[in-house]
Amino acid sequence: MRRRLTLKVDPVSCDGHGVCAELIPERISLDRWGYPIVDRDELPDHLHDHAARAVRACPRLALHVVEGVR
Amino acid sequence: MRSLLSPPPPDGLPRLLCGLAADGGQVGIHDHLSRWGALRLSHVGPGLIDWIEQSGLVGHGGAWFPVATKWRSVRGRLLNRPVVVANGAEGEPLSSKDALLLTRLPHLVLDGASLAAAAVGATRIVVYVPERLVRSVRAAVADRQKLAIDPVPMEILAAPDRFIAGQESSVVNAIEGRAALPSFVDIRPVRQQGVGGRPTLVQNVETLAHVALIARFGPEWFRGIGPSEAPGTMLLTITGRWAGPRIIEAPLGAPLRSILELPDDQSSRFWGALLGGYGGGWVEMGTLLDLTLSEPAAREMGATLGAGIVALLPRSTCPLVETAKVVRYLEQQSARQCGPCVNGLSEVARLCEVLASSSQWLPEGIKPILELCDLIEGRGACRHPDGAARFIRSALRVFGADVKAHLEGRPCGGVRTAPPSSPRGRSYRRVGAR
Repeated sequence: MRRRLTLKVDPVSCDGHGVCAELIPERISLDRWGYPIVDRDELPDHLHDHAARAVRACPRLALHVVEGVR
Repeated sequence: MRSLLSPPPPDGLPRLLCGLAADGGQVGIHDHLSRWGALRLSHVGPGLIDWIEQSGLVGHGGAWFPVATKWRSVRGRLLNRPVVVANGAEGEPLSSKDALLLTRLPHLVLDGASLAAAAVGATRIVVYVPERLVRSVRAAVADRQKLAIDPVPMEILAAPDRFIAGQESSVVNAIEGRAALPSFVDIRPVRQQGVGGRPTLVQNVETLAHVALIARFGPEWFRGIGPSEAPGTMLLTITGRWAGPRIIEAPLGAPLRSILELPDDQSSRFWGALLGGYGGGWVEMGTLLDLTLSEPAAREMGATLGAGIVALLPRSTCPLVETAKVVRYLEQQSARQCGPCVNGLSEVARLCEVLASSSQWLPEGIKPILELCDLIEGRGACRHPDGAARFIRSALRVFGADVKAHLEGRPCGGVRTAPPSSPRGRSYRRVGAR
């Protein structure tokens, strides 16, 4: 069965470093204060690697790839 | 499973409040047992969840979530020793129905907590109440201990007097000895992994009181009042209508007009009301009187019934000033954990104050306020920013004429008036049922 993945940010941990928006701009933009606005749609296959890289690069470990789309 | 046979169910209204002592005191355990009968808690099991499902009970803490769904999820993790929390934190300043239950009818709530523990297989119960109520609740728990009523021991924990202290993950954090602030639980809801990693059922105290009656009289009785899609009764805290807040047990589906008992010539004294509290929404008077007491109806009006708040706003006040005060309060009550909430609420509170005071021109009108609402919604660990956004949008919609007047710099008479909130430490003498 195909897994439906999406990005999710933990807003408590997030400090607005903004690394994520640089690594996956297709899905994450920054608001006027520098906090990520995350697209909640399903991650297409070709973005899985970018998403994984953004998750690993977050200095606050605040970005997650989760199953299920809301 | 029906464990009580002698005392009859309440016929009609009120239900929860029919046992209130006339002298305004707490109903002790002996009076409670003679009115409602004893529960045989050792006979209660997951069958109670079926009853609750058939009754259609939803949570009365403000989220309106189906109770049975939550209980089943916790029961499904039985081997991880679930925890039950009776949540009486009631951080919403306009609400006082939970405090009424805890001070005057604590045994209905505590019955409900014990029933919940039996149904989901919990091995720990925490009763989470404001500091000022700890003593009386502790006395009620001690009375039950003497009679060995509750198989699962009950602990009592003081909730800080803060708007978000009753939020589900705040409650878990408080029990674990941390600050009572929300945490990010989107990935692991507390009903799966809460206190100490154990599945945790956080249930509002009014909801538990309803459970205490459903367990005794069954779902058919419960469904005997209100529409079939959302049956039963709910406690409302009504302010602005009478001198001081009044708590009323109202049948769901009833028109607000009959609940408020407002003669037509009186209703013109009010702009409308805030429905659902500070995270709810303003509703204009005509709409309010025609509204039926149901969450979908309130949602359609851009509000919510929340924890059952109807705060009438007199025409002697400026609605935009009242709105700005509430937004500032919400900003001050932010946990200051999530960037969009901290920054967004502070900016939007300032803009609402500018709009209210007309002291400064807003060249783009209310556009920047609405943009900030869009920007904060759905971006916190809890629903605090979402409630603020709903509240602000409703004000701009319902009080559109006032917004226009303020933007055009026309004078406003309401600037010096008091906020619609009532201070803490309310009296509960004025209690009625309708």
